[in-house]
Amino acid sequence: MDTILDTILDKHRNARRDALIPILQEVQEAKGFLSRESVAAIGEILNLPTSKIYGVATFYNQFRFSPLGAQHVQICRGTACHVKGSAAVLDALERELDIEAGQTTRDGQFSLEVVACIGACGLAPVISVNGEFHAGVLPEDVNNIINSYRVDEEVQADAK
Amino acid sequence: MFTIQINNRNIQAKAGETILQVLKREGIKVPTLCHLEDLFPTGACRMCVVEVEGMDGLIPSCAFPVSKDMKILTHSPKALQARKTIIELLLANHPDDCLFCVRNGNCDLQSLSEEFGIRQRRYSGVKDNYNIDSSSPSIIRDPAKCILCGKCVRICEEIQGVSAIDFINRGSEATIGPAFNEGLNVSSCIYCGQCINVCPTGALREKSDIKRVLDALNDPDKLVVVQHAPAISVSIGEEFNIKPGKDVMGIMTSALRRIGFDRVFDTSFAADLTIMEEGSELVSRIKNGGKLPMMTSCSPGWIKFVEEFYPEMMDNLSTCKSPQQMMGAVVKSYYAERENLDPKKIFSVSLMPCTAKKFEAERPEMSNNNIPDINAVLTTRELARIIKMRGLDLNDMEPEGPDTPFGERSSAGKLFGVSGGVMEAALRSAHFLITGKEMDDPQITAIRGLDGIKEAHVKIGDLEIGVAAASGLANARNLMEQIKNGRDDIHFIEIMTCPGGCINGGGQPIGKDLDAIKSRMKGLYQIDRDASNRLSHHNEYVNRLYEEFFEAPNSHKAHELLHTHYHKRDVMK
Ligand code: SF4
Ligand code: SF4
Ligand code: SF4
Ligand code: FES
Repeated sequence: MDTILDTILDKHRNARRDALIPILQEVQEAKGFLSRESVAAIGEILNLPTSKIYGVATFYNQFRFSPLGAQHVQICRGTACHVKGSAAVLDALERELDIEAGQTTRDGQFSLEVVACIGACGLAPVISVNGEFHAGVLPEDVNNIINSYRVDEEVQADAK
Repeated sequence: MFTIQINNRNIQAKAGETILQVLKREGIKVPTLCHLEDLFPTGACRMCVVEVEGMDGLIPSCAFPVSKDMKILTHSPKALQARKTIIELLLANHPDDCLFCVRNGNCDLQSLSEEFGIRQRRYSGVKDNYNIDSSSPSIIRDPAKCILCGKCVRICEEIQGVSAIDFINRGSEATIGPAFNEGLNVSSCIYCGQCINVCPTGALREKSDIKRVLDALNDPDKLVVVQHAPAISVSIGEEFNIKPGKDVMGIMTSALRRIGFDRVFDTSFAADLTIMEEGSELVSRIKNGGKLPMMTSCSPGWIKFVEEFYPEMMDNLSTCKSPQQMMGAVVKSYYAERENLDPKKIFSVSLMPCTAKKFEAERPEMSNNNIPDINAVLTTRELARIIKMRGLDLNDMEPEGPDTPFGERSSAGKLFGVSGGVMEAALRSAHFLITGKEMDDPQITAIRGLDGIKEAHVKIGDLEIGVAAASGLANARNLMEQIKNGRDDIHFIEIMTCPGGCINGGGQPIGKDLDAIKSRMKGLYQIDRDASNRLSHHNEYVNRLYEEFFEAPNSHKAHELLHTHYHKRDVMK
């Protein structure tokens, strides 16, 4: 039994379909992501097929479908960062972590998220790892930054 | 009625009609990609745009109603240019795959780019790198070829009531797929193939068994037995420009022999056998207070649907295997014994208008001592491909008769190909089983035709039986909800997964309209009208099969070989 989910869903027993987005937001807020189980349970309450819910949820950029990693990497794709080349940094991150934005590495260490604007335009292009900012990041810096967060001992030894 | 002008000609139109409906009636062809007859228009593709005097911009004819004095230009330079640009944009990220594509020669996108004389790639987009989904036993999805017309999504939701797939993401990332973009095998997809039939491109296709069948045909150690489903003989002709509904059974039989099949049997024989089992089961449920309403079990998409969405009603399903599987079972038992054959050396092929039959044949319950009843299932389309591959043409062949003992059929068995037909066949025989007499008129008109749900109350002796036949699973869902809500005047329910029944199955020739479906239906009714035997219980070979092998319907042995059971399925639904 998943009590967090149940408590949220209990509040929405009689909800209508137009409550879908708020419910998705609430569940994501509480659980960090939308799991298959959550989506199936929401579908049951709203009498909506999971394919439809997934379709709606992927239409908006705000939902994720895998849990956050131990280290949550956010990359800003706001205008200032974009102008300073954040697209290439995102590419480098995706390659380094071998996941796409919105996903989590298999070992659960890292998750990657694209955010609109962190509000640190002076530092562009900027990424944040669990809230720690890295300013003026170049694609070639990505490997070092990520390695400094890896818990894998070998890599840390290498980094020293 | 009022007058409108189309291409400077006066034309009568009715309020409430869409422009496209009027154009169709007048024989004016405007291309469409997302339009689905009888479903609410989405106006997604804009291929059907026309110019309307006094209106800004171009108007999608499929989604716009006519009004008095409207002046329409269907092929103005502006409209043509817009359509051409749409095609060019669709081609921008389309794979250059026509030569290797299952829809080569039968693809809307391909024929449109030919019609518009597109000779170069004017826009080039980033090619999407999508994985092909071949996880299901029946359907293959190739999202790179998808043009996002949305027809598959709508047919799956509105006609089949399944909603296994939907749009995912948006903009240039948009694609179609099941929840969490997983394989169809873990989705609620029931493998009906209706989405394939409406797909304008090669983005959806059946999982082909052609290679395995050809290999078996070339294997000297294998006896290759083939059976053909009731609906195929009235539809396969269309692949050879024969008109829909024409029964080509004899010609098809000779084609099958020339291809190299060792025995040609008729699934309608097994349909007669099914009637004996299912009719007896119904009679016994009624007499002994068994679970009612009893629901037919010959449509494998429907079975999966019940296992997923209505597991609490699995006991209402008849335990009978489908005719395909019954044929498979008797070929590898009774027939093998009689002919002194090793069942392992029999390769049993079935020709089906259906993609879900591939899934059915793979169900673990559908085997005996680990030998599958059926080894390979080919759709009508795949059969046509093999016939063409062998250089044969149904137009210039002499008809031949089927093989004994499983080639003999009543026309009741043939009615399995149309919605209401299983019911009709079953009632004819149930009447005999209960009263010992034949029905005065074997034709039960109330359950004929293309309506989604058909009902009748039929008198059999002192019994009055309420029957309902539904096709298209959205209609089945409707009926299930009525039953769950306490409706109890219905004792026997026939469900066929595809709208109208197997004549409109997901394995049938692509690109056919409602008229073709109606003609196929008429074709089967015609066969029934002309038949010398219209009653399953008078199929001489079925009766002999009971005498020599099964003893009686629902006997222990019959249960072992001809009946099955069902499992609740947990899928993302
Ligand atoms: S889907 Fe049509 S256009 Fe695309 S490769 Fe196949 S035949 Fe060619
Ligand atoms: S095969 Fe049927 S159930 Fe599956 S996606 Fe296509 S239409 Fe839906
Ligand atoms: S898969 Fe086919 S039917 Fe479905 S949206 Fe794509 S092109 Fe249209
Ligand atoms: S057919 Fe009219 S918009 Fe697609």
